[in-house]
Parts: sequence; structure tokens; C-alpha cells
Amino acid sequence: MKHEMISENHFEPVIVAFCCHYCAYAAADLAGIMRLQYPPNIRVIKLPCSGTIDVLHILKAFELGADGVFVAGCLEGGCHFVEGNIRAKRRVDRAKAILDEIGLGNERLEMFFMSSSEGIRFAEVAGEMTEKVRKLGPSPLKGV
Amino acid sequence: MIIAKQKPLGEIREMLEGYEDILVLGCGTCVAICMAGGDKEVEVLAASLRMADKMSGKNRVFKEHTVERQCEWEFLDEIAANVKQVDAVLSLGCGIGVQAIAERFPEIPVLPGLDTLFMGMPVEEGIWVERCSGCGNCILDQTGGICPITRCSKGLVNGPCGGYRDGKCEVDPTRDCAWIQIYERLKKMGRLDMLYIPQPLKDHSKVGHPRSITL
Repeated sequence: MKHEMISENHFEPVIVAFCCHYCAYAAADLAGIMRLQYPPNIRVIKLPCSGTIDVLHILKAFELGADGVFVAGCLEGGCHFVEGNIRAKRRVDRAKAILDEIGLGNERLEMFFMSSSEGIRFAEVAGEMTEKVRKLGPSPLKGV
Repeated sequence: MIIAKQKPLGEIREMLEGYEDILVLGCGTCVAICMAGGDKEVEVLAASLRMADKMSGKNRVFKEHTVERQCEWEFLDEIAANVKQVDAVLSLGCGIGVQAIAERFPEIPVLPGLDTLFMGMPVEEGIWVERCSGCGNCILDQTGGICPITRCSKGLVNGPCGGYRDGKCEVDPTRDCAWIQIYERLKKMGRLDMLYIPQPLKDHSKVGHPRSITL
């Protein structure tokens, strides 16, 4: 993974965002259309539904050097495939437990719910996650 | 099918101490269905082990492979070359798979990545329950197709005991009383008369270990 912008005193985290096609991805698009600013640290990967996320995708992102990962799916009850977002949440919880076991900690991984009309919310989430991971520092798995 | 559960990562890492090149070997049959040792679980475990190693400054090699069944010689042939190149095999098969690999490759250490638990089935998504104890003397014809040896906490062949409450077991109130289930099933079948036939006590001494059959 091409990443990191680390200078001596400055760390820019790389955050992988797994975004559902029907909500978060559209929300990210809307954020762009609305000319909203959000940190360039986010690397968006579009999913056909957040329910297609797998624990392995999340772990691979970390293994390849991501400092943070978030999965963004539809609001509860709003999933195009009925309960894909609920399944995604369960897998994120499972991945969090594995990250704890590994010793990396679960704070670098989050699940968010939003609708496609929430461009502002996407920009906020991107900002919040970037700041949170920035405070946590570079992933110890990076560049090893 | 055989139901198993993955051991905690810390326990697996302790077992792997002293080995540098490890083959994480999955089994594509029973343990793949109960999401403990199939190809996906192999990938997740190998990735977790690699990351845990990096966190602790180690850099061991974890190779990944899954065979169709670890408990048959034919399926183990395909890993013969891989096994020669590693220090140890971490098997994500059931106890039978681990022993088959140990027997087939006597010079290579084989470590169990799973705890093998029971013979059972998925009753709903993500929930597996025990259904058969393999007692070697099936009485399901007399108990409405519900096994009291396995599903009654006390393994009674003439039940129910006096301890059930509201259809639940006194040993574990979250568990259904097997004998109440047997009663309900026989009632639906119109065969409550079967409950009047006392069953002889089960002679477990007839079942020695290890068992085998020859066709």
C-alpha cells in the first residue's frame, strides 16, 4: 500500500474507508458535489453493500499498512439488501476483537451508519476518524 | 458434522514458539461449515499471526493451504511437498485431522489450532448444537427421533426426571428438557404408548475405545 506522509514531526494517517454503494459512497460523492472539505487521508473502497465486507478485508488493510479503517453502511432499517449493514457491524465487532488479540487495539477500526443524503455527515466522519487515528499515531504494523 | 472452535490466538502463539516456518492448514469439510477451520479462517488466522508477530518484533513465515478433508490419506498427498519445507503444521482440522497428518507425516510436528467439541448441527445462523454422542447403540426409534443420551443433561433413557420446570432443564434452565421434547413429539405422532415401555439401562461398558468398523 502506498501510504504515509511522515515527516519528523508530522504524521498523516492513511485511512481505508469501505463504503456501501447505496449510502456512504454516494454521501462521499455528495460531499464532493457540495464542495465540502474533508481530509485527503481517506482512501475510499466501494462495496456493493456494507454486508459484503469480510473480517479478512479489514485485517488485510491493516496488514498492508493502513493506520485506520472504517466501514460505512446504511442507516439501520435502510439497507438495500435488508440487513447487510447489521451483518457488517457484526463483522466489524469480530475484527475489533481480533485486533485486540493481536495487540493493535480496536480503536483504529470503526463502523458508521449514514444515508446517501448525508454528504456533510461523511465529511464529518472522515474528519473525526482522521483526527482520532492521528492521535493514536502510526500503525506499528506499518513498513515492517 | 464435527463441530470445533478455534483456540485463542495467545494459546496458538504459545504452541508455535520455536518454529520459524509454519504451514497453516485448513480443512474444507466439517470445520469449514462451522466456520472454524476452512480456507477463510486459515487466511484470517495467518494474517492475525503475521500481524501479532510484527507487533512483537518477530518475522516468522506463515504459509496457507486448505485441503478438502484432513482425515483421508488421499487428500493429504497434495501437501506432501509443502510439509517438507516447513518446521511445523498448524492444523485447523478437528482432532482426527491433526492425528491423520501426524500419522502421514511422522517427522513434522503437528499442532492443533482448534478445540474439537462435538457432533452437531447448525440450528440457526451461527449457533451449533450437539445432537449425537456416538454411543454406538442408537435408540432414536423409541424416543421420537430425539436423543436423550445427548440432549438430556443426565442422559436418562427413562425420563423425564422430576427436575424440569416449564419445559426447561434443572441443570441448565436455558436448556430445553429433552424428555419434554420427546413427549411432545410422540404426542404429535400419536405414539405416547411408547413412553410406557421401560428402556433397559444403557450398557456403556459395551463401547470400548478406540472403536473401529471393518466392512
